[in-house]
Amino acid sequence: MARIDLENIAHSYAAEPSSEDEFALKKLNVSWKDGGAYALLGPSGCGKTTLLNIISGLLHPSQGTVLFNGADITSKSPEVRNIAQVFQFPVIYDTMTVYQNLAFPLQNRKIPKNEINTRVTRLADMLELSKYLSRKARDLSADEKQKISLGRGLIREDVAAILFDEPLTVIDPQLKWSLRSQLKRLHAEFNHTMIYVTHDQTEALTFADQVIVMSEGEIVQTASPQELFERPAHTFVGRFIGSPGMNVMPCTIDNHHLILAGHAINIGCTVTLPTGAERIEFGVRPEFVKISTDKCALPVTVEAIEDAGRYQIARLKFCDLTLAAILPDGEPQPSGNVGIMFDAENSHIYANGHLVGKRS
Amino acid sequence: MQKAHDHKALWLVAPALLLVAFTAVIPLMTVVNYSVQDTFGNNQFFWVGAEWYREILRSDRFHAAFLRQIAFSATILAIEIPLGLAIALSMPKKGLGVSVCLVLMALPLLIPWNVVGTIWQIFARVDIGLLGHTLSGLGIDFNYTQNAGAAWVTLIIMDVWHWTSLVVLLCYAGLVAIPPAYYQAARIDGASRWAIFRYIELPKMSRVLLIAVLLRFMDSFMIYTEPFVVTGGGPGNATTFLSVDLVKMAIGQFDLGPAAAMSVIYFLIVILVSWAFYTIMTRDDFEQYRRSQ
Repeated sequence: MARIDLENIAHSYAAEPSSEDEFALKKLNVSWKDGGAYALLGPSGCGKTTLLNIISGLLHPSQGTVLFNGADITSKSPEVRNIAQVFQFPVIYDTMTVYQNLAFPLQNRKIPKNEINTRVTRLADMLELSKYLSRKARDLSADEKQKISLGRGLIREDVAAILFDEPLTVIDPQLKWSLRSQLKRLHAEFNHTMIYVTHDQTEALTFADQVIVMSEGEIVQTASPQELFERPAHTFVGRFIGSPGMNVMPCTIDNHHLILAGHAINIGCTVTLPTGAERIEFGVRPEFVKISTDKCALPVTVEAIEDAGRYQIARLKFCDLTLAAILPDGEPQPSGNVGIMFDAENSHIYANGHLVGKRS
Repeated sequence: MQKAHDHKALWLVAPALLLVAFTAVIPLMTVVNYSVQDTFGNNQFFWVGAEWYREILRSDRFHAAFLRQIAFSATILAIEIPLGLAIALSMPKKGLGVSVCLVLMALPLLIPWNVVGTIWQIFARVDIGLLGHTLSGLGIDFNYTQNAGAAWVTLIIMDVWHWTSLVVLLCYAGLVAIPPAYYQAARIDGASRWAIFRYIELPKMSRVLLIAVLLRFMDSFMIYTEPFVVTGGGPGNATTFLSVDLVKMAIGQFDLGPAAAMSVIYFLIVILVSWAFYTIMTRDDFEQYRRSQ
């Protein structure tokens, strides 16, 4: 159990990075509270795994310090840090039985036999692996193997943190749910600090209390799932989270009013742009675009209606801009030329990609 | 749906069958044919049944050659497999060193057998060979034309020099195929270097090791060219292995019948021992297969 702080951490896989671009991880500061459930969310190649490996000690950062409970452990090895890590593909010791696999980390730490026995039995029970204990680990299915990998992390009750590197990638969809809820239960029981890397927003949003969204080696927002949805701090977060993502359209601000493709729009507040703001964008989630017959409604053309299962998405064209709207259940499908309104509360202005504060 | 039951598919395997028939089955059957007959020349053959087999299996000469052969193959395997593993484990995994090591390792494999024999024949000579001359200069009685021990040592060192590379390359291929996550997980589990070898590297290499053992067994069991070039089977009969003996019998003495019987026995031994290795080394896989049924 530990509080983890990363101070000015940066990493480059090049020996002598010459430019900012060569950094897989740009300078960042993060704090992970003891017992927190965090998700690191971002597209492939954004530096999530690099960050995770720096925490576990598999990778030595080019710059910065890693603190566990305030102590500098940057140069310490993974076994000294007492970290557990679960990888994308199940790692099991082929020739060992399930029992031996689970006991392995404890044996390496010279824990007495009867203590190992009680812990393995108890954990196998929680992970529903009891009936396989005497089987060879490699005879099991992918999800059972991944449970073993997970179990080898959980078996050490004193670990500083458990890190998950996209652990459910190889698991069948219906089993993902059960494993994820099992993870949440285990988190509640042991109260370990858990850091969960994923590129799947559903996974991140259901697992974590705090989601850290990364893009191109930088942290773009750290927030609760709800805040990520309602107030994306960056257009990247808006686009990346949500299905479909946020509508982001170029706009201008004239005299505190929003001008979108030549139309002035009332978003119920005034906007003050930061000095030097160049790229101004307007962002609104498809959930907050309403089909309206109001006389102030913006004229759009319905281009297509997509069925996304529980709801329908209307693809709209407004002048030369395209945007999506989620249609409420049970209303007639719009077609041809219709009007739309934006929910003022949930409309945001971005300058150079970053959220600009609104004043009402 | 009704499936058509005819034998058209046989035509698809016919070309392969034909090829195998001409390259393997027919020559083999010729040998089998010789092994049950006797001839006094003039193309006249007499049926002798299992007579030649009985003679070979009872002959002291065959027993001696067989024991020498077993001892040679066992020594070769006992040295080359662990040595090959050790070299593969200590080879670099990335950087320029990889190509350098791989080229160095591949070099002995590229040399023809008879050239290898000639190299060592000269290298180990007492009068002009670097190795032989140096050893005798150090006061060691090393003369492979007179001393059976020296002849054996020369042949074994030669084979180790020639073929350990093959084991190294196979093991190395198995090693680099292990995903890095296994090593990372082992570090996190606090595994020792020995435990990593025992529980990750060795199990992951079991398949390539099986191939290495089988290839090295069969090759060393059938070794002919090198002892023929280096020692000619001597001194005395000290390095007369099965194949050397067989050639002496068939071509030197022109005893076609007994030689044919010996060939068949030789062939069966190679198959039997290879099958035994294969069965023992894939035991776990069979268990897994049976359980999944």
